[in-house]
Amino acid sequence: MTTSDLVLPTRGGAAPDRRTSSVLSDTGNVWLRETLTIVRDPFSLIFSLLQPLIFLGLFGPLLSGFTGGQDLGGVSPLQWFLPGVVVMITMFGTSMTGSNLQYEIMTGAFERILATPLSRPALMIGRALKELTPLVVQGLIICAVAAPFGFVIHPLGILLGLLLLGVFGVGIGALSYSLAIAARKNEWVFWAVQQTLLFPLLILSGMMLPLEAGPGWMRLASQFNPLTYVVEAERALFAGVLADPSVLWGFVAAFVTAAIGLVVGVRTVTRSIF
Amino acid sequence: MIHTEALTRTFRSGKDTVEAVRGIDLDVAEGELVAFLGPNGAGKSTTLRMLTSLLPPTSGTALVAGTDVVADPAGVRRRIGYIGQKDGAGHSYRVGDELVMQGRFYGLSKSESVERGRQLMASLDLAGMENRKVSTLSGGQKRRLDIALGLIHEPPLLFLDEPSTGMDPQNRANLWEHILRLRAERGTTIVLTTHYLEEADTMAERVVVIDHGRIIADDTAEALKAEQAGDHLWLSVPAEDADAAVQVLARAGEQLERTPAAGTVGLRYRVAHGTGTLPRLVLALHDRGVTVAEASVRRPTLDDVFLNLTGRSLREGGPALTTTTEGQPA
Repeated sequence: MTTSDLVLPTRGGAAPDRRTSSVLSDTGNVWLRETLTIVRDPFSLIFSLLQPLIFLGLFGPLLSGFTGGQDLGGVSPLQWFLPGVVVMITMFGTSMTGSNLQYEIMTGAFERILATPLSRPALMIGRALKELTPLVVQGLIICAVAAPFGFVIHPLGILLGLLLLGVFGVGIGALSYSLAIAARKNEWVFWAVQQTLLFPLLILSGMMLPLEAGPGWMRLASQFNPLTYVVEAERALFAGVLADPSVLWGFVAAFVTAAIGLVVGVRTVTRSIF
Repeated sequence: MIHTEALTRTFRSGKDTVEAVRGIDLDVAEGELVAFLGPNGAGKSTTLRMLTSLLPPTSGTALVAGTDVVADPAGVRRRIGYIGQKDGAGHSYRVGDELVMQGRFYGLSKSESVERGRQLMASLDLAGMENRKVSTLSGGQKRRLDIALGLIHEPPLLFLDEPSTGMDPQNRANLWEHILRLRAERGTTIVLTTHYLEEADTMAERVVVIDHGRIIADDTAEALKAEQAGDHLWLSVPAEDADAAVQVLARAGEQLERTPAAGTVGLRYRVAHGTGTLPRLVLALHDRGVTVAEASVRRPTLDDVFLNLTGRSLREGGPALTTTTEGQPA
């Protein structure tokens, strides 16, 4: 198409014959729009980078206290703890996908975007990926910071670990997206549900404290928590054990969560009135 | 451009079923400028949401820009522009970024989006605002940016949902100036909803009156007023001559009102051609010995049309503009 074509007005009836958009390019465009808020205002990113370091810096010493300063079977306690921190910041980040959405539902930008031909799954995948973008940087930074304290870096494991979190994060993001739409008339409901669900899920995944020492009902409950499998897979991957069965189960849990999230999300979008 | 058959939409609210739209049959030809007029809750916006594929119909069919809204909703969205009631641009974004991303959403290349965004900003008095944050724009600027966002892909059909709600008269006039100019340049078909009587009256070439989810009238504003309302004739006569006057006036039209005042009686009639009828009536009354003290003719408004069709006034519900009346005594 030449420039002169662009300025010609489209006559009524001649529908613009645009290339059919794919979920992939739509996702990229949604992600790009969301990411522009970070690009145009990088300060928010700097603060979000500090958060996991605070966790690591304040939790790490306590963890050494529990183990009496001893290594766990020859590896640093950080090797066990750090994957949990990465999963936790993923959960914090992606479960808030809906909060930015609520603002856009309120102001009207969401309705405008819904009226574009963008594919519905792309709307939520793109938004979830935006929440995951700083996470990749955060994950790499805390790995680098933890390395001098005994954390061993397995690059391929970390890469696969982040990929796994990406898939899982899309599912959590899509669920958060659905929650924001469902709670569009009472914004506090979003936060109430998000907070009420987030902490039990985190604790019952053995992310911060091992569940082996917990009561039987907690161990049972953790078996039904998809996050448990993701955390175990991350621990194996960050330890460089790629062929562990827990990795397979982790990916199964992540893909199932993503599929459920997207189905729920698309249904919620198509059935709601804004 | 639009063809619908028996389009309906029901909502479930608890155990109740609310029929928001109950069978809309509508045809809009290329290049038309159509206003959906009706009170809040009449089903205008629900109809618009079905036509823009944002809401699937409960039953019935709708072809919009040659595309079925149920079979190919994304195809419909690709061919239309939609400007909603609220701000289309994200408040935390820059004006230029939103325009470029909107173009990308419609499948334009980055350079195409940039170029069209620049042209639209220039023609909508937004030139040089690329780097402004949307939240810093004035209400009128935000609305013009909405128009730019809705037109970035040059759609042949543009929907506007309550485009001027909450705007002051000056901004409203300015907005319409832009809409009408862009329409003249591009030949865009425009469908809008409004509950402002004056907006439907002066801007639209065709008014579709919607009430309780049905189309109750569909014509030009002039034809609707002539057929549905007629002119309102108001006469003030001495109280003792009122009965004689009524006998003469009965042949001219339908009595709407008889209001006794101090020594006089005010009479209101609906007549076909007010300005032509009035002089003859004054003479006829004079022949019967009735001296007309005061007289006025008021052209009907779309509110009179609505009142005549439904027995209710459109003004009761929401804020509406006052339409000018011609020398009608208070």
